[in-house]
Amino acid sequence: MHESGYQRAYWRRNLTYVAVLLAVWFTVSYGFGILLVDRLNTIRIAGFQLGFWFAQQGSIYVFVALIFIYVRLMNRLDREFELDESESDR
Amino acid sequence: MTVQAWTFVMVGLSFAVYIGVAVWSRASSTGEFYVAGARVPPVLNGMATAADWMSAASFISMAGVIAFMGRDGSVYLMGWTGGYVLLALLLAPYLRKFGKYTVPDFVGDRYYSQVARIVAVICAIFVSFTYVAGQMRGVGIVFSRFLGVDINLGVVIGMGIVFFYAVLGGMKGITYTQVAQYCVLIFAYLVPAIFISMLVTGVVVPQLGFGSTVADGSGAFLLDRLDGLTEELGFGAYTDGRKQTLDVLFITASLMVGTAGLPHVIVRFYTVPKVRQARSSAGWALLFIAILYTTAPAVAAFARTNLLDTVSNVRYDEVPAWFTNWEATGLIAFDDLNGDGVIQHTGPSSDVPNELTIDRDIMVLANPEIARLPAWVVGLVAAGGLAAALSTAAGLLLVISTSVAHDLLKKAIAPSITERAELLTARVAAGFAVIIAGYFGINPPGFVAEVVALAFGLAAASFFPAIILGIFTKGMNKYGAVSGMIAGLGFTGWYIAYFKLLHPELNSAEHWWFGISPEGIGTVGMAINVIVAVGVALVTPPPPVGIQRFVEEIRVPRGAGPGHELSA
Repeated sequence: MHESGYQRAYWRRNLTYVAVLLAVWFTVSYGFGILLVDRLNTIRIAGFQLGFWFAQQGSIYVFVALIFIYVRLMNRLDREFELDESESDR
Repeated sequence: MTVQAWTFVMVGLSFAVYIGVAVWSRASSTGEFYVAGARVPPVLNGMATAADWMSAASFISMAGVIAFMGRDGSVYLMGWTGGYVLLALLLAPYLRKFGKYTVPDFVGDRYYSQVARIVAVICAIFVSFTYVAGQMRGVGIVFSRFLGVDINLGVVIGMGIVFFYAVLGGMKGITYTQVAQYCVLIFAYLVPAIFISMLVTGVVVPQLGFGSTVADGSGAFLLDRLDGLTEELGFGAYTDGRKQTLDVLFITASLMVGTAGLPHVIVRFYTVPKVRQARSSAGWALLFIAILYTTAPAVAAFARTNLLDTVSNVRYDEVPAWFTNWEATGLIAFDDLNGDGVIQHTGPSSDVPNELTIDRDIMVLANPEIARLPAWVVGLVAAGGLAAALSTAAGLLLVISTSVAHDLLKKAIAPSITERAELLTARVAAGFAVIIAGYFGINPPGFVAEVVALAFGLAAASFFPAIILGIFTKGMNKYGAVSGMIAGLGFTGWYIAYFKLLHPELNSAEHWWFGISPEGIGTVGMAINVIVAVGVALVTPPPPVGIQRFVEEIRVPRGAGPGHELSA
């Protein structure tokens, strides 16, 4: 199997998804949880200062969501390009 | 029944379950020994990964460390979870497609080089041994604290259990015992956490109680109350950071990338049947980890508040019973400097000298007593701590035995050996690894936590860049990859050894390069690895044509992977 334009298009879409999701990953942890933490701490939700909440709770919830979003996006992409694993693969 | 009787019952029951599971799921082929026959369902693989990942340090020490670090403790929370996003998006699917057993397999095949394979084997063994020593120590500590057993005897008992199921069952046995161990450890963590949340805030869910008001009728939020207490006693506000922002960034990055580069975590993604499931099992793993990792900071805040409320400025003869109980273990000690019979517990910016020394581990270990929970819960916490330590130790030992039997013997020294001989070698290597790990558990090399920081730094500076460059670029060649790994590893190892071993007296912010602590230096090592690798690759011959096809194949889920040997 040699790489076709078709496969390159698949790979580019994958890289786009990864780039967008990692941008979110970076923003919630390094951005909200570390670099902007003091600025966000002026906002309060119940007993939490927002920056502190992102650093110790929020970023972790977002991480979990990011992986499951990636799983869904890629399952759809695999089907669209018919590159998903058929039962006969194993 | 007494606390100790309950502890024996809980620990004994959980051990019986592990042994039963191990007998039921013993391995009969190298494929089963190395990757459980690649037939583990993704949700179960997620649980096994979570147990593999969460060590004695996560279970026993983390909440206590956060309780004393306040906001700075976030580096561990984000660092040890964020790496799974990297794993799911950048590593797991491609390594699963590649389809062979180990990280050195991938590095050796992708970089068409025995040298690259051997460098990777050495890194894998070194990282795993530094990490496993801490786990065996953790087993010993739990035994000695809860069962009154000598710490060394505790290590030996732990070795016996791990030996039994790791040697017999290989990856298959380990995986299914880890599933059981996850259930034990998460139950043991959540029960006291829920009770202490109800005690302090009246809210059942600890993650919500964390942001609620204190249940004493004052209407003050827990975190405001805690900020007030810590500031008043001279510790600085709990929700304020004290570390330099740059250092926090680098430590977090080093832990994240290190997580994604640890061989015992990576290898778990070879055990699921398909690429699609490698992606989703990373998600399940992080979900199961997040249950503990979002509870820990809440426990930290509850326990710290409770501690300051109940022991600060209290007369020594009026302290609660748990204080006296744990004094016997030396985990909490009061030294009445001014002789007034009152406990002054103060921080660095207070004028009053501190009279109370507290081991951080007490925050989790003493929780059930602080929250006045029944004796069986204490036994449960002991079983949970053991589950966390044993599951991680087993995963690491498997990496070591696989590295020796598969990567060194089969792939480098004697390619013609039969599967039976390879399997026997793997079992013998696992046995030897258990003994060496036990030795380090009894004679720990320096301070265990610092050695673990080393494992992360080295994983971040060696494997992660080599694997990423191997998947995402087609032009990376063996010269670049090998020199990058050596440069990253050498620099990181030297920096950590310099400040941790050679000159511990210089280990402070003014001596560090740009204020980056040894914990965060792995990030710099990773950057050095990438720069050296790319630089060398530009001036050396490109990889052969076959490698291009190799990279193209691992990028798509369909078709058998280039390293495929398993026939299911």
